[in-house]
Amino acid sequence: MASNNDVSSNSGSASLRERRTGNTETPLRPPVDIREDSESITLCADMPGVAKADLELRIEANTLIVEGKAHLELPENAEALYADVHAGSYRRAFALSSELDTDKIEANLKDGVLTVRIPKRGKLRPRRIEIQTV
Amino acid sequence: MSAFSPSVPDSPFEELWRLQQQVDELFSAWSAPAGSIRSLPRGSFPAVNISHTPERVDVFLFAPGIDPKTLDISIQQNLLTVAGRRDIPADARATYYRQERFSGDFRRVIALPEDVDPQRVSARYLNGIVQIGVERLEAARPRQIEIH
Repeated sequence: MASNNDVSSNSGSASLRERRTGNTETPLRPPVDIREDSESITLCADMPGVAKADLELRIEANTLIVEGKAHLELPENAEALYADVHAGSYRRAFALSSELDTDKIEANLKDGVLTVRIPKRGKLRPRRIEIQTV
Repeated sequence: MSAFSPSVPDSPFEELWRLQQQVDELFSAWSAPAGSIRSLPRGSFPAVNISHTPERVDVFLFAPGIDPKTLDISIQQNLLTVAGRRDIPADARATYYRQERFSGDFRRVIALPEDVDPQRVSARYLNGIVQIGVERLEAARPRQIEIH
């Protein structure tokens, strides 16, 4: 993230952290809810500060990768006074399984919450198995 | 942060990541000056960043997925209070693998610098971030003193 957007970079107490991590900041790992129903798996991730244009969602070798850059509307010459959040980007990856139809993923970003719905392939949706009684 | 943490890591990397977090926490506790008496433990919702310039102080609350109309923002002298609620309805028919996102009531009290003007506060909500801007009193701003 550009230094002028990073509230934490000017913090006087951050010197040790900066020395340890240099310029390569560790992206934040967004908290997620993951649920499954008979039709699909749905993932919700908290990514506050991310606009649609700064969000990237991709599938690599059956892994879903979620990345985003957060933006704060800082006034010019702003300096950090306090920071819970020390990074300006998010990243998290999820290994998918073969019954999920990655061609039909739907994603939606609203108020900093990313919702991704991954449908199951039609023929793999659960069938109820009747138990025969003698 | 999480309602319940999974006891079994889903990959060795996750375990490493947790270790990294713990190390980070240790280091930040060591390097940070005394914490504010009102500061909350790491991972509390919503996270807060505060920036300042000679003219104003801006508070950023990382509060994704809330209805800004339900937010209760008030300021008394230099104490800013933000209260609200984030409801994440659970789907009873679904199987949950992870429920890490905060759900419920939240409240944060933030001590701002003493020279803020409680009469001049503005707030907005964009991409899940509540930004509250408070102007500083004119008298407290640095002035250029001219030499004649």
